[in-house]
Amino acid sequence: MQKTLEEINQRIREGKAVVLTAEEIVGYTREKGLKAAFKEVDVVTTGTFGPMCSSGVYFNMGHTTPRMKLGGGRAYLNDVSAYAAFAAADLFIGANALPDDDPRNRIHPGEFNYGGGYVIEELVAGKDIRLEASAYGTDCYPRRRLSSYLNIKDLNEAVLFNMRNAYQNYNVAVNLSDKTIYTYMGVLKPNMGNINYCTAGMLSPLLNDPYYRTIGIGSRIFLGGGVGYVAWQGTQHNPGVARTEGGVPKGGAGTLAVIGDLKQMDARYLVGTSMLGYGVTLSVGIGVPIPILSEEILQSTLVTDDDIVGTVIDYSSAYPNLRPGAVAEVTYAQLRSGSVDINGKNIPTASLCSYSRAREIAVKLKTWVEQGKFEITSPVAPLPGIDSGLKVRPFNERPLGDTNHHIL
Amino acid sequence: MKTSKRIVLRFPQRLVDRPIVYHLIRDFDLAFNILKASITPDKEGLMVLEITGEREAYDKGIAYLNEAGVKIDSLNREVTRNENRCTHCGACVTMCPVDAFSIDEDNREINFDAKKCIVCGICIQACPPRAMELHF
Ligand code: SF4
Ligand code: SF4
Repeated sequence: MQKTLEEINQRIREGKAVVLTAEEIVGYTREKGLKAAFKEVDVVTTGTFGPMCSSGVYFNMGHTTPRMKLGGGRAYLNDVSAYAAFAAADLFIGANALPDDDPRNRIHPGEFNYGGGYVIEELVAGKDIRLEASAYGTDCYPRRRLSSYLNIKDLNEAVLFNMRNAYQNYNVAVNLSDKTIYTYMGVLKPNMGNINYCTAGMLSPLLNDPYYRTIGIGSRIFLGGGVGYVAWQGTQHNPGVARTEGGVPKGGAGTLAVIGDLKQMDARYLVGTSMLGYGVTLSVGIGVPIPILSEEILQSTLVTDDDIVGTVIDYSSAYPNLRPGAVAEVTYAQLRSGSVDINGKNIPTASLCSYSRAREIAVKLKTWVEQGKFEITSPVAPLPGIDSGLKVRPFNERPLGDTNHHIL
Repeated sequence: MKTSKRIVLRFPQRLVDRPIVYHLIRDFDLAFNILKASITPDKEGLMVLEITGEREAYDKGIAYLNEAGVKIDSLNREVTRNENRCTHCGACVTMCPVDAFSIDEDNREINFDAKKCIVCGICIQACPPRAMELHF
């Protein structure tokens, strides 16, 4: 038996849809049985909240008087450099951007207390941002300097764009070396002193739809507290990785590129984030609804932390040197218990993404759907699946000859 | 006059192996209570002591520590959590040497028990959204 999306949306419009979160659906189906649960449940909501480095915001700020061509010039937002290589009045700021005078890792580990992620958080929170820009001046855009406050309410458009996030599972990080290392997976103590992981496990969007049956290009989602859409597969989308019998990838696999109106979003779900010794990023909240169109789809939302396996990778050597090889495989249930045993050693674990906020997002999205405020879209095109042959390739390095060096 | 103070001592790598605290007691007749002692990952020693003794001896003892190159912080600083910034990620849980953070199994939020905190400062930079703050 199948349900159509139109039937589900009809029930959403009537305020009658039965919606459960990815946590709730597990016990519910256990109690009712798969068939009965499938008949009753329309939508399962998922959520995740964690650092998503590939985030940025672009906006159009309107034309100054006299006009100024920012494209090809330079621009700073709260001293953080923005990308000014589009048309006259558009800027892009990436989550990892830093002020020019940030010491970076010169004094290791650098603190990275401010950068693009924080500018985005302040912008969405409605705070005034300092803009300083210079341009070369043209006959039609003569102005060459601008320093002004800028506020999101005055911008024509402000759009959050992420080229890769909501990773379908991810590496679990340890450090096998004998000194502390500072990574995007957090501070890792020597000799496997701790383990860090970063997915919302059973709440995570793509782990509840492991074969991308319902999530695709055009899917309407919860993004940063507002409504967004899946724009494309994320960069490094890698559907062909090893999977468990249940279809759950054992490492980073699918990713999403997402887009949405920043003006509707909320700084609670877009939080400037610093990784000691690594850099600045943005923590982003994403929630994806899964329409329960078939028993198969329902089945895949029953995934629990016991079913999700993470691959433990050494970030002191294997990861930076792109060497294959795992230290161990562990389940998310083990990771969440607070410690795991590897080779007879008991290692404390910590998460870098917030499970409580992932849950909050799944619940919020559930409420939106229940109240008829959020209908489910059918993807206009699927994400490349496991048969697509799509694979992440490492960089194909072809060194320049000596005579071709220009900058070094 | 007797005095009793809680202080945090930080030993740079080169001093970790030297019996500094032993001298402190033997030469200055101070009583002490070790609240916490550890060697941090980058091989710095950290010790939180409650020292009791005559005021004059106490001051001399502190001067001795200073001379030896030990960094001294008094425990009148405190570390607090900015609840508006904490995202309850949990990155702090394994960083804190005294387990001041714990996971609430019901709501998966991270509890912070300020009473346990020895103001070592480790969580301040390790907290991704910079929710942990040092106050004087
Ligand atoms: S690391 Fe910071 S944000 Fe995360 S739970 Fe601890 S205090 Fe909160
Ligand atoms: S400063 Fe932070 S890490 Fe250090 S004891 Fe206090 S809570 Fe724990």
